[in-house]
Amino acid sequence: MTLLDGATPAPATVPPVRRRRRLTMFVRRPFFTLALLVAAGFVVSAAFAPVFAPWDPTYQDIGAMMAPPATAGHLLGTDSYGQDILSRILFGARYALGIGLGAVAIGALGGLVLGMAAGLAGGRTEWVLMRIVDSILALPSLILAVAFIAILGQGVDKVIYAVGVALIGPFARTVRADVMQVRAQLFVEAAGLMGLAWLTVVWRHILPNVVYPLAVQVTIRISEAILVSSSLSFLGIGVTPPTPDWGLMISEGRAFVSFAPWMAGMPGAALAILLIALSIVGDGIREEFDPKMQRGGS
Amino acid sequence: MFRFIAGKVFQTLFVLFLVSVASFTLLKLAPGDPIEIALGNEYSEEAHQDMLAELGLDRPVVEQYVTWLADFVRGDWGTSYTARADIFTYAFVEALPVTLTLAVFALGLAILIGVPLGVLSAVKKDTLWDAGSAAFALTGTAFPSFFLGIVLIWVFGVKFAMFPVMGFVAPWEDFWGGLYHMVLPAFTLSTYFMAMIVRLTRANLVEALESPYIAAARARGEPGWRVVWVHGVRNILMPLVTIIGLQLGVLLQGAVLTETVFSLPGAGQMITNAVLNREYGIVQAGIMMTATLFVLVNLAVDLAYPILDPRLRPSR
Repeated sequence: MTLLDGATPAPATVPPVRRRRRLTMFVRRPFFTLALLVAAGFVVSAAFAPVFAPWDPTYQDIGAMMAPPATAGHLLGTDSYGQDILSRILFGARYALGIGLGAVAIGALGGLVLGMAAGLAGGRTEWVLMRIVDSILALPSLILAVAFIAILGQGVDKVIYAVGVALIGPFARTVRADVMQVRAQLFVEAAGLMGLAWLTVVWRHILPNVVYPLAVQVTIRISEAILVSSSLSFLGIGVTPPTPDWGLMISEGRAFVSFAPWMAGMPGAALAILLIALSIVGDGIREEFDPKMQRGGS
Repeated sequence: MFRFIAGKVFQTLFVLFLVSVASFTLLKLAPGDPIEIALGNEYSEEAHQDMLAELGLDRPVVEQYVTWLADFVRGDWGTSYTARADIFTYAFVEALPVTLTLAVFALGLAILIGVPLGVLSAVKKDTLWDAGSAAFALTGTAFPSFFLGIVLIWVFGVKFAMFPVMGFVAPWEDFWGGLYHMVLPAFTLSTYFMAMIVRLTRANLVEALESPYIAAARARGEPGWRVVWVHGVRNILMPLVTIIGLQLGVLLQGAVLTETVFSLPGAGQMITNAVLNREYGIVQAGIMMTATLFVLVNLAVDLAYPILDPRLRPSR
């Protein structure tokens, strides 16, 4: 690693070998690497939450209610029910990441279908489909998610659906733009002239060129999904207590902020650190891998 | 030009139509039988039929939709049974002014602090100032606003007891009192925008400052502040105004959270309480209100483009 010269950027015109570029990216972007490590730390603590957590996240220790941080046995203190905050934060990482990933998956898949349909259909169908996308985009994602929660009710799975559907709009729009761009390329026309079936052209030539930028979008939108889902819980209409969800914990801590500030502070800090790390990672990935920033002359 | 405007207006109307269909469907899909809500659990078959007719539920769905839309446009939004008030009055006279006040203060604060910070960071490019405001911009856009609100309550409300942490005082009744109560909520809501404005101002101004007209202005011996603020900043206002307009939705959703943090009786609180109380009429009204506002602002931005910048006028 030390032999690699971080200061030499790869020449812009010659596409360098993928593997080498990945290696140098970590050296060239120390903040990105750091943020990636932090995010990985959250993933690890989510995966091994039962191993790391000293307590059951919903166990109510009546003898130690609202214990301040660094109390024996409760490193980050306890909440108003005597539940261990550290354990709840570790398990909360599962909910935050799980809900975030699930919602983004739904949004990306829905956006892919809608965007592909619009971009490939053209004409009136496209116009109508894009107006549907516009009407999804006419509401900010949180308000849209609130509307879906109103229909679906509360709960972890419902939050995933609500946030996922709310994210379809932006995904659909980028996918459609990419489809339009790819469809106009010569290799697509050539594939069509070679007599390949239309579906083959879509599957082999258009889809791969759309999925790649979509993957970049996914990394950027995960933090939005986590933010919206924890916002729903904070508003009291997302997941239900006693689920160890950060948004819910912050909401519960709000009432006790004057004498037990750690109740909201600890999960809030966890959420803020995760979101900042994810946004640095997202920015880095976008700048490095976004085809729109590299396509340039072609 | 006329075709362009007509096309945009038609698009907007169609989107509003879709939103209204969706909101109408929301009420249909909502769990709970509206008749049971109105009559309770026990009722006679006759009362059921009467209620069905009174609510118009015995008519075809399309007719129900048209009636609903006509009532909605006329401002007849029904009655809230928990607030015991007319929903239209509740939404427009009580809730919306609070949200708009919060939004206006937040936006003002974001511009007042964000633009100078962005200018500073562009002028002192690649210095500690620049790095500092870059860090602020990153943290500001990623930090969850509702948690920031709680941190501010803890620091300025509890530790130093400098500002009130809840309640709304209308600035048109008591300007300074209103301002005083708005400090923390407005700051909470504005950070995201402030950070975004810093980023945008910096990025655009760095580019603008390399333009020939800046060199010309410097060559004429104009003072540095004039070169930056008059020749530089004026030329980056367009993208700034556009983004602020397009991000209005984010401001609205941030307001929902900020209102909950600071217990402000605005539109956001109205919608969340309505979801909790299963008052779908209010949820519907809130959604229509937000969407209409947002779509109309987008239309205004779209139409303002070619007026502000002749290069963007359609050639046909």
